[in-house]
Amino acid sequence: MKIAVLVKQVPGSESALRVGTEEQWVDESALDFEMNESDSYALEEALLIKEKSAAGGEVVVVSMGPPERTPKVIREALAKGADRGIHIHEEPPYENDPFLIAGIFASALRDEQFDLLLSGLQSADLATGQTGVILGEFLEMATATLVMATELQDGSIKVKRELESGWSQWITLPLPASITIQSGLNQPRYPSLRGIMGAKKKEIKVLSKADLIAGNTPLQSWERLYVHKKEKRTEMIEGDLNQVVDQLVNVLRTEIKVL
Amino acid sequence: MDILVVLENRNGALHRMSLEAIAAAQSLARDLNLTVAALAWGPQAKDLAREAATKRVDEVLSLEHELLEKYSSDGYAEAIKQVIEQEAPRYVLVGHTYMVRDYFPKVSARIRKPFVGDVVAYRIEDGSPVFTRQVFNAKLVVDVAPQVAPPVLVSFQSATFQADAVEAGTAPVRDITVALEAEQIKTQSEPPFQEAAGDVDLSSAEVIVSVGRGIGKEENIPLAGELAEAMGAELGSSRPVVDAGWLPSSRQVGSSGQSVAPKLYFALGISGAIQHVVGMKGSKNVVAINKDPEAPIFEIADYGVVGDLLEIVPKLTEAIKEQS
Ligand SMILES: Cc1cc2nc3c(=O)[nH]c(=O)nc-3n(C[C@H](O)[C@H](O)[C@H](O)COP(=O)(O)OP(=O)(O)OC[C@H]3O[C@@H](n4cnc5c(N)ncnc54)[C@H](O)[C@@H]3O)c2cc1C
Ligand SMILES: Nc1ncnc2c1ncn2[C@@H]1O[C@H](COP(=O)(O)O)[C@@H](O)[C@H]1O
Repeated sequence: MKIAVLVKQVPGSESALRVGTEEQWVDESALDFEMNESDSYALEEALLIKEKSAAGGEVVVVSMGPPERTPKVIREALAKGADRGIHIHEEPPYENDPFLIAGIFASALRDEQFDLLLSGLQSADLATGQTGVILGEFLEMATATLVMATELQDGSIKVKRELESGWSQWITLPLPASITIQSGLNQPRYPSLRGIMGAKKKEIKVLSKADLIAGNTPLQSWERLYVHKKEKRTEMIEGDLNQVVDQLVNVLRTEIKVL
Repeated sequence: MDILVVLENRNGALHRMSLEAIAAAQSLARDLNLTVAALAWGPQAKDLAREAATKRVDEVLSLEHELLEKYSSDGYAEAIKQVIEQEAPRYVLVGHTYMVRDYFPKVSARIRKPFVGDVVAYRIEDGSPVFTRQVFNAKLVVDVAPQVAPPVLVSFQSATFQADAVEAGTAPVRDITVALEAEQIKTQSEPPFQEAAGDVDLSSAEVIVSVGRGIGKEENIPLAGELAEAMGAELGSSRPVVDAGWLPSSRQVGSSGQSVAPKLYFALGISGAIQHVVGMKGSKNVVAINKDPEAPIFEIADYGVVGDLLEIVPKLTEAIKEQS
């Protein structure tokens, strides 16, 4: 089994975000980055599939981002057990068209003939949820999204897809396949000390986005990034701890009448 | 036609988000003076066509094919690709459903046209629409413009347009066909099923105390449990709490969990992501505690406290117990 996992570094969910000067991206100077949530589940699933498959295999972690910070997320995946990394160098302004992004990954991965591509169902920053599907199309793979369980079979993979309102469905995809992972299907592991030490020796191949993009231009692009003006209708309860608690009790009792 | 609305079946009737997509199409048609067709297809296409024909659209297209009786991303993407090629719309509109997430990027890849997904607003600039999407965990928005000749594929986030805003009318129905082969469908699917019902039915709860990732760790869950007990409430949660295994999935509220409509929804450390909000926006009252004053939950809550739930909740539980 040769498995590629796409993991993206995104601003941590508690980051205070400020729009950068060109109104094209956020000001990254004060941000902490972390592995995109569904990608960490995708990575764990890739490691589990490899560990369970009798013939063994390889898990290759792939990430596109700037050289200053992206190696960290690749090392993290290597420390958890991925075998090697591919880093696609990208300088700002970062690409935001999912069609083009998937095309870049397709050029980077095509020759490697992966059996399985795993990615997150959507990134926290761009949130298009399209990369894994379009990439699968470009590489002529079967695709499935929102996957909540996987069962590797001979020449195929059976996956449980999440549908709306608590419904699910099993589908079987012939290999090679590209599937996007929904959060919650496993419990991502922590890297061991040995893993962290071992990761330093693993290979990270560096590619450049400029080479892979091959003159292609975006189908859609960002015009302006901004803070959405909120319609606040919330009545805020303020004060010190005791005042807040008193007012809350009062609201619950006399306004909402649930006490 | 200029605008094609692709409809989706939900239990034999139009999906609520398909109605919202029709409302979006009617709005765009008004702004740009365009014509609208709605595509009824798949299982029960005839029933959907009949329902769509009661809306103010210029035409309803009805498409039946045995390979569309069962959903497959390959079959559905191929069918829509062919309909787009035959009918040459400028805009193809849908609701941002789970099904659309699954097959619309494929259509985009196959016709090499942009799919602007999960749109929350549009406005007209120099005679063309610019679409607004949420990015960075919905803390920011971005205006997106197509860079190539039409068509553009657009999906709208739930509740961006209102299903009950759809204008009524009568539309002619036209049958159309596509050429599909079984070999074009790579996957095999089994019938959809519902996970075994859990221990709780949150849909009938009067009061729900709901826990989000802001609770911090599993050991803190009892803080919320004690508040729920003091209030006679059920415990609900957001997805990350279930993902982490801190509460069973039967407690999850949202697009992939339960939909609830209690008298009070008390959100503790929940940011207010759209996939959570769709499951609880029917609540009569929402009270939220969140340490981030910018959290989107404060756009829908009736009462809000900016603060640390780990400090406030135990005190509140105590105060409520003293009352009774
Ligand atoms: C296809 C799809 C389906 C999904 N389905 C669902 C679904 O059914 N249900 C669902 O809930 N989500 C669902 N999600 C996930 C959803 O997008 C959000 O990621 C999720 O709802 C976030 O949960 P949260 O608010 O608990 O966590 P976060 O977004 O991480 O928010 C935590 C909040 O807690 C606050 N906080 C932190 N510490 C404290 C403290 N000490 N005191 C007070 N506040 C604090 C923070 O300010 C933050 O606002 C789905 C996503 C996708 C893509
Ligand atoms: N720059 C990137 N580096 C690594 N993986 C990415 C990148 N962009 C997208 N992905 C993968 O594609 C998934 C979906 O992203 P998106 O289509 O942007 O919502 C993410 O969860 C990642 O797995």
